[in-house]
Amino acid sequence: MASKIYDCIACIGNAIIENKDFLTDLDREIGDADHGVNMARGFTEVLAAIPQDETDLGVVLKKVGMTLLSKVGGASGPLYGTAYMKAAGVVAGKTEVTLEDGKAMFEAVIGGIQMRGKAVKGEKTMLDALIPAQEAYNAAVDGGDDAVTALTKAVEAAKEGVEFTKTIAATKGRASYLGERSIGHQDPGATSATITLECIRDFIAG
Amino acid sequence: MKKLINNPDNIVDEMLNSMVLAHPEYVKRVDGCDVLVRAGGSKGKVALVSGGGSGHEPAHGGYVGKGMLDAAVAGAMFTSPTPDQVYEAIKACDGGEGVLLVIKNYTGDVMNFEMAAEMASDEGIRVEQVIVNDDVAVENSTWTTGRRGIAGTIFVHKCAGAAAEAGKNLDEVKAVAEKVIANVRSMGMAVAPCTVPSAGKPSFELAEDEVEIGMGIHGEPGTHREKIRSAEDTTNHLLDKILAEGIYNKGDKVAVMVNGLGGTPLQELYVCNKAVAERLEKEGITIAKTFVGNFMTSIDMEGYSVSLLKLDAELEGYVNAQADTPAFKML
Repeated sequence: MASKIYDCIACIGNAIIENKDFLTDLDREIGDADHGVNMARGFTEVLAAIPQDETDLGVVLKKVGMTLLSKVGGASGPLYGTAYMKAAGVVAGKTEVTLEDGKAMFEAVIGGIQMRGKAVKGEKTMLDALIPAQEAYNAAVDGGDDAVTALTKAVEAAKEGVEFTKTIAATKGRASYLGERSIGHQDPGATSATITLECIRDFIAG
Repeated sequence: MKKLINNPDNIVDEMLNSMVLAHPEYVKRVDGCDVLVRAGGSKGKVALVSGGGSGHEPAHGGYVGKGMLDAAVAGAMFTSPTPDQVYEAIKACDGGEGVLLVIKNYTGDVMNFEMAAEMASDEGIRVEQVIVNDDVAVENSTWTTGRRGIAGTIFVHKCAGAAAEAGKNLDEVKAVAEKVIANVRSMGMAVAPCTVPSAGKPSFELAEDEVEIGMGIHGEPGTHREKIRSAEDTTNHLLDKILAEGIYNKGDKVAVMVNGLGGTPLQELYVCNKAVAERLEKEGITIAKTFVGNFMTSIDMEGYSVSLLKLDAELEGYVNAQADTPAFKML
């Protein structure tokens, strides 16, 4: 029987693959029309590469990160690869994620993406979904919410973040060449990050 | 889409294998990698590694050979190669004298090459990098992604490659590359869009009588669209932007590159080059060397770019130095 973490990664991978054309079309508007294609290629490799019965979260997430790093390319490869490897570091040796682990994973993932991409919030990147999601998640956990409620609030905040990216001009990544002309379009990376969070929420909610 | 391909997913692999079939005296492929290295190896000199997404042929595999690159890494179409591939390229051509990475300034390329450099440094290989950002169509700024690397990159390959071939050490080769980057500026334009084979449709649309000025080599937007003008007017417009940088002044000596983007016939590139020569003469700038051809393409995009490299005695020597690669020969 496949492990839960395998099923969760499969849920994320399948959602990314299903949204391949949608993500690519978003990228065609303000980038170079390959975000969905590259991410789908990466997750197809991920689903073939990760062991189905491995329960150590760190082992599985590291494998996901390494595979994305070596198969995606572009900017998404290093960013998502780094994100999964940083998450792996938090849960190495563990088979379950606590609410506090969730906080630490958000922290590590966002820190890794900022280190690699040298971006901050408000530059029309995946951070514009992830940072509000982190803030909403932490506040929910501190307020006593359970995992599904906290993640639902995180997803809502991420979706608002995606909407926010429509209102700002890009200053990082390929969309930055458009300057003001990137306003009105949502960021593909923020979108794929939100799809990822939604999958995690749906998976945990059962 | 009409293209002479077998399967869009196999183009890069088939192309790399075929480059080895066509030019076995120049290049070989690193087993299991999308990396071409010199057939005869690179011992006893600083090694130059470049690369990027595919679709810019002959960049970069066509420049592997004497006087230019030691390894070229090919990513998927218009997609930066991954860190493990760049790392394999570094390992394959490091002869103990160190490796210089020549990176075009795109977010993905910079991140992937930097990660590879970190991996190689961890293993004790000396790696330095330079980032080429010659495209004046993009507003320069330290807090954004900044200017793109386009055809001016070929001058970096040429000059730094010649310095490495002449036995300069890693710091000296890097200094030459940085001098080229400081003195090279380019700008391009598109007459018609390119079609990425896996996408199957043009990456943007232009009206029948419309062109995009400042277009990037992956179809990134330029400064504006306008009605098509004569080759002379268009070339002068590109040169206006390049000359406005204030680098090239009366009495200076330059090398010129008129670069086709893949779908424009050579005759049109020569027509444009004539306008470059006439304008620079008017400006009192001496052309020491001219290159006209398809050096940094954008698949089948129609259009061209103009690059100027200001030369001092050192760079003039390196521009004119011997080079012998599949796509670039100076004897």
